[in-house]
Amino acid sequence: MPHIEFQGKQIEVDDDGYIVNLDDWSPELAEHLASQDGITLTDAHWEVINFLRDYYQKYQIAPMIKILVKEIGKAMGPEKGNTKYLYELYPAGPAKQACRYAGLPKPTGCV
Amino acid sequence: MSKKYDTPLLDELEKGPWPSFVTEMKKAAARSEMANDELGQLEKSYRTKRGYWKHGGIVGVLGYGGGVIGRYSSLPDEFPGVAHFHTVRINQPSGWFYTTKALREICDIWDKYGSGLTNLHGSTGDLVLLGTTTENLEPLFAEYSSRGWDLGGSGSAMRTPSCCIGPARCEWANIDTLEICYQMTQKFQDELHRPAFPYKFKIKVAGCAVDCVASIARADCSIIGTWKGKIEIDQDAVQWYAKNGMDIKAEIVDMCPTACISYDGTNLSIDDDNCSRCMHCISKMTKALKPTGEKGATILIGSKAPIVVGSLMSWVIVPFMKLEPPYDELEELIRKMIEWWDDNAKPRERIGELIEARGMREFLEAIGVPPQPQQVFEPRKDPFFFWKDEDLTKE
Repeated sequence: MPHIEFQGKQIEVDDDGYIVNLDDWSPELAEHLASQDGITLTDAHWEVINFLRDYYQKYQIAPMIKILVKEIGKAMGPEKGNTKYLYELYPAGPAKQACRYAGLPKPTGCV
Repeated sequence: MSKKYDTPLLDELEKGPWPSFVTEMKKAAARSEMANDELGQLEKSYRTKRGYWKHGGIVGVLGYGGGVIGRYSSLPDEFPGVAHFHTVRINQPSGWFYTTKALREICDIWDKYGSGLTNLHGSTGDLVLLGTTTENLEPLFAEYSSRGWDLGGSGSAMRTPSCCIGPARCEWANIDTLEICYQMTQKFQDELHRPAFPYKFKIKVAGCAVDCVASIARADCSIIGTWKGKIEIDQDAVQWYAKNGMDIKAEIVDMCPTACISYDGTNLSIDDDNCSRCMHCISKMTKALKPTGEKGATILIGSKAPIVVGSLMSWVIVPFMKLEPPYDELEELIRKMIEWWDDNAKPRERIGELIEARGMREFLEAIGVPPQPQQVFEPRKDPFFFWKDEDLTKE
């Protein structure tokens, strides 16, 4: 398993860079992971990350994109409740980027 | 590149008169380390009877959520060339028409960034490029898109629509399959590139019931060309077939699924009211029979391969729809279907499964299509459509 080094600690990640032990997560780690992709996390980004983490803690599964889109629409206004907006925030996609920064396990999508 | 592995088991697949993917892989392996290691890993798989691909990772290009399918070898040290071996789907042109120049361009770019192995075409319809690394995805995508190519769909999204060759090569096409396929691809770009559905959704367009793209078995939404008028019969041509060895009774009359054809030895007649437009007789006697009258399409829903529950064939939802540019009526219908499915489906539930679970009535109400006899899926079995109490009160 690959590792990343953060604040003097070795953090185990999988091939796609998702952290393996969810307890390793911290907001600072999220900022760090984002900065490696050249992204500075804004309130809008945190809105998504916080929702993902809350949802995961409640249901032990990442939400379907549709649910995420609806929630973001509710929180940030209807003009932002669409997948395009999510991809503006997270160009590599909510599953690939937002879930990874939020410390969720890798979503198991179909090919 | 020199030969790296002995492949006695794969070599077996080169024997016989048929084309062999092994031969093609060996050709690619002469130029590509990735293809070489892929041969080695596959031979090992055959030897040990197990696969060495890990569950697909999440890879892609910026701005898109699909189009690339992550593949990693579980033996990266033994076969470093396939440590990353991602699949890229390129949206094929309608009807799979390419110029040789375009194909060379695709292959040249692919040789530069990937293994050189391709699959024309995958069962999705896309042009499939097999084997590249995560680092190469962005430059590869930039180069393809600069030449006008785009990625296809993957994951829980609208999949790349596909169609038969239609009016480009076939006189029996009742609709312009190529244009419909292109327009649907354009209309559903967002849904195609940014997966947000419960599961996959496929559209396939066939010009007639011969269904060269197998839309009835492989598309959630099957669009199949049909006609409203009679089948025109050229009796002289019928006689020509009879004289040239066709057993008209056995091959045509007895094969008609609705038994609407009769033949007295000189004259063929068709009871058009009972014809289901299956195309059997027409495709057997192309010189003698011809559809006439208004042309359009039957819209069917629901087919899928046997994952989760068993496989399904599509069944009729709209018996006849006139399909002319800009195809807004078709788009609107598909959007309504997707909306109902998206609102009600569990993750990984296809629309056909959801209709089976919820019933046709709810589905038809949601998409605003009235119940019609043509929608009966399996006659004389359990009713697929359940009436409400108020439907049964006499007017």
